[in-house]
Amino acid sequence: MSDATVSLSIDGMDVTVPKGTMLIEAAKQAGVVVPHYCYHPSLPSPAVCRMCLVEVEKLPKMVPACVTTAGEGQVVHVHSPAAKKAREGVLEFLLINHPLDCPICDQAGECELQDFVFQEGQAGTRYADYPKRFNPVEDFGHDVLYIPNRCILCTRCVRFMDHVAEESVLTVSERGDRATISIDPAHRLDHQWAGNVVDLCPVGSLVSKDFLHKARAWDLDKTASVCPGCTQGCNIMVDTRDEVVVRLRPRPNLEVNRHFICDTGRADYRWMNRGDRLEEAAVRGEQGLEGTAWESTLERVAALVAEGEGAVTVLLGGRVSTESIGWILRLLSGRRVTAAMRVPLGDEVPLAGMANLALRAERAANLHGAQLLGAGADWHAAVASAPDTDLVILVDAPLSDTELAVVARAGAVVQLSTVAEPGLENTAVLAPITSMVEEQGVFINRDGRAQRFLPARTPPGMARPAWWVAANAWALADEARTAPATASEALAALPALDGLTHAQLGFTGRVIAPVAAGGVR
Amino acid sequence: MGYPHPIHPKETPVLSTHFGEMEARSLEGWVARGGYVALRQALEMTTEAIVDEVKASGLRGRGGAGFPCGMKWGFMPKDDGRPHYLCCNADESEPGTFKDREIIRWTPHALIEGCAIGCLGIRAETCFIFIRGEYTEPAEILERAVAEAYAAGVIGPDACGSGKRIDIFVHRGAGAYICGEETALMNAIEGKRGNPRIKPPFPAVSGLFGMPTTINNVETLAAVPHIITRGAAWYAGLSLSSPKSTGTKLISVCGHVQRPGTYEITMGLPMQELIFDLCGGMREGRTLKAVIPGGSSVPIMTPEEVAGCATDYEGIAASGSLLGSGGMIVMDDSTDLVYQIMRLARFYAHESCAQCTNCREGTAWTTRILERILRGEGKSADLDLLLDLADNMTGRTICVLADSCAAPVISGIQKFRPDFDAYLTGARAPVMVEA
Repeated sequence: MSDATVSLSIDGMDVTVPKGTMLIEAAKQAGVVVPHYCYHPSLPSPAVCRMCLVEVEKLPKMVPACVTTAGEGQVVHVHSPAAKKAREGVLEFLLINHPLDCPICDQAGECELQDFVFQEGQAGTRYADYPKRFNPVEDFGHDVLYIPNRCILCTRCVRFMDHVAEESVLTVSERGDRATISIDPAHRLDHQWAGNVVDLCPVGSLVSKDFLHKARAWDLDKTASVCPGCTQGCNIMVDTRDEVVVRLRPRPNLEVNRHFICDTGRADYRWMNRGDRLEEAAVRGEQGLEGTAWESTLERVAALVAEGEGAVTVLLGGRVSTESIGWILRLLSGRRVTAAMRVPLGDEVPLAGMANLALRAERAANLHGAQLLGAGADWHAAVASAPDTDLVILVDAPLSDTELAVVARAGAVVQLSTVAEPGLENTAVLAPITSMVEEQGVFINRDGRAQRFLPARTPPGMARPAWWVAANAWALADEARTAPATASEALAALPALDGLTHAQLGFTGRVIAPVAAGGVR
Repeated sequence: MGYPHPIHPKETPVLSTHFGEMEARSLEGWVARGGYVALRQALEMTTEAIVDEVKASGLRGRGGAGFPCGMKWGFMPKDDGRPHYLCCNADESEPGTFKDREIIRWTPHALIEGCAIGCLGIRAETCFIFIRGEYTEPAEILERAVAEAYAAGVIGPDACGSGKRIDIFVHRGAGAYICGEETALMNAIEGKRGNPRIKPPFPAVSGLFGMPTTINNVETLAAVPHIITRGAAWYAGLSLSSPKSTGTKLISVCGHVQRPGTYEITMGLPMQELIFDLCGGMREGRTLKAVIPGGSSVPIMTPEEVAGCATDYEGIAASGSLLGSGGMIVMDDSTDLVYQIMRLARFYAHESCAQCTNCREGTAWTTRILERILRGEGKSADLDLLLDLADNMTGRTICVLADSCAAPVISGIQKFRPDFDAYLTGARAPVMVEA
């Protein structure tokens, strides 16, 4: 025992936790889940659902684990008969007015009410003879629908808006079993971060209009990823159904985004499902761009790099991985390179109640990775330099018409693209690459945190990661060279990353290079 | 004749001495009756001396819980540099209780004086009197009295010329029973929804506006000036039964007695005497069936339990119920207990703040079962179901509203089972109750 910790027993497991830890978190550390609804680690606890009542020896009555601090020597019972009976009682109360419309509910399969009733609830009901409470569905605005009949009044949504978004537009109206969540009639739920109430809702009461009836939870494949929307680098889960991305949700990372993502990031998935993808490599021949195999494509790229001696411009899209940036620059080592990332700018929208969490003005996920690797040139200057170069390597960066006209004056263009840029007559090589949801890779966020994303769907056609294209073209120049076989090897081989592998990053990432947080124009 | 009823010889008028005297409402009239002497005396005393005096008197909270008042004041932090607040709970909403109303209506300055001394006892400069929204007449009387006290300098920035600041604000409620719960009351004063807060932290640590706060009932505070002027020993001596219950208690009696009203008794007076002597007993030709002694939240008593019961905290507890607020509901043999319990349950279902699952759903479900029994559609398993629901509602929630709904259900089924069986067997004709 030290001054900073307390030791206690929870369901027979001994556990030592920092002083001030609530029993519900201490139980997690002991491997015991205390069923709960209103408690959420990123919200203040009101202790209203009464699900987390546990028995603590020597206390006269059961206490809510979410607001009771762990004490030295406590003996806590989560699965004692009395605690189970209490939970059974709460579940019965929650179900009497619940419509049990699980077959048509979006939440089914990921519903905490279903889960805990399945675990510990009663098979039948003793409330068969009365009509259930009915209230009509309400449109709260933006992406959120409120289905009050399913609501268990845990108030997570109200507390999120009050204490995290700090825009108090939701409240509990009425009393007793007539109570419902309601919205300030003068407002809509259009706060930039309001979509989180859908994830916070433990049941299917607050649902996303965008996801409505799109998929059953059990049909979804879930892939850990990082939001490509801005330099914040929120951790996300990419949900796919039959290879189609249907939803992005926050993935908890207490250091980056806690449990939240903004609505801009949440909605930014349609490009992942584009049907007009580049599927075949092509090199310029007598007939114009001619489809070909990877071997000849790589040879042409290697030749273009080896032939010239002039300057090279690299134009990067904001979602290009650290591995790809690093290997493209390595491929060009020895040449005079100007490399820049396209960074669209928007408004910065902080989440008021959370420190260092905002939708950032710089809407490019890997801006700081690019800067770390030496691709931090000014975008406009880099584009302007194109006509004076032998070679422009365009990596999935969308160009405006004026930019296209400038780049069209370069000696040659190698397009490593998910979608071809058709207006460039000087394109020498067109190589299909994978998008970030089809490859493994690392983004480095504004705090210098390197974070992995995993492939969520199969790449179209013969698309390969951009780093693979660059590394294999690089390897062709010298027999002694061997291209890395995996993204992790590709990352570790970059001098700036100093042997860092994907495994070392885990799923919450690691700060590798504190980057001065600040705007880049 | 005097106040609604003439003072009965078995009454002990202390707080109720001037009930019924219109002149006592004014500052002038109150001073003529010895008012504000205690405040001037208290202004000369140290905080510790005031608290010690109240502790020694044995005064316990008159709102229902019966917590020793002096001890509560003693919990307030010393030298913490933060503002302290006194809240006076005048949200008297407990069904059957109307004693605080009489204090405010007839002797508003007694409450103001008590609040002022209470401020001195807890190192507060500000007192909020939270008065029930429906109490429009008492609120107007109280507001007038507060204005009068300010104008005369009795309270204000320089209370009685002492150099001490005592501010008193009257805050009218908006009509919610739950706002009588002390932490819900604080939320309501802060302008928030009147939901009870989780304890800890207790109000003495973090109460109104997050500051150390003491909350006392009207009757408790109104008793304090008498303790200051007449001494703790005198007050502690007012006890007919248990020495732990001292002083006088206002009991508001309603229901099937000859003379309903607010009576002031010395703690420990036999309940039998209260009902049959002071209140004149049952109506002609009727016999006693049941008594709810302390506001609707306490268990129901049978005539047998009433027979040997001393009317004080310990006496009623020994007889299976609680003194509570002192709102006594007396029911004779014409009463249908099932219907009465349904009415109580319906009240609690209506007033549940909706925070805790057990209370929000449990009170409503309990009401529906009782309504069904009354309609003659009850099932044999319904009583066991009611008891099981009551068990799931007792001791499981943030405040005691759910427990309050469960208490009359449990005691009703245990003690008045034949009333329920009459509906379940069809021996009694159904009553039409709206669902």
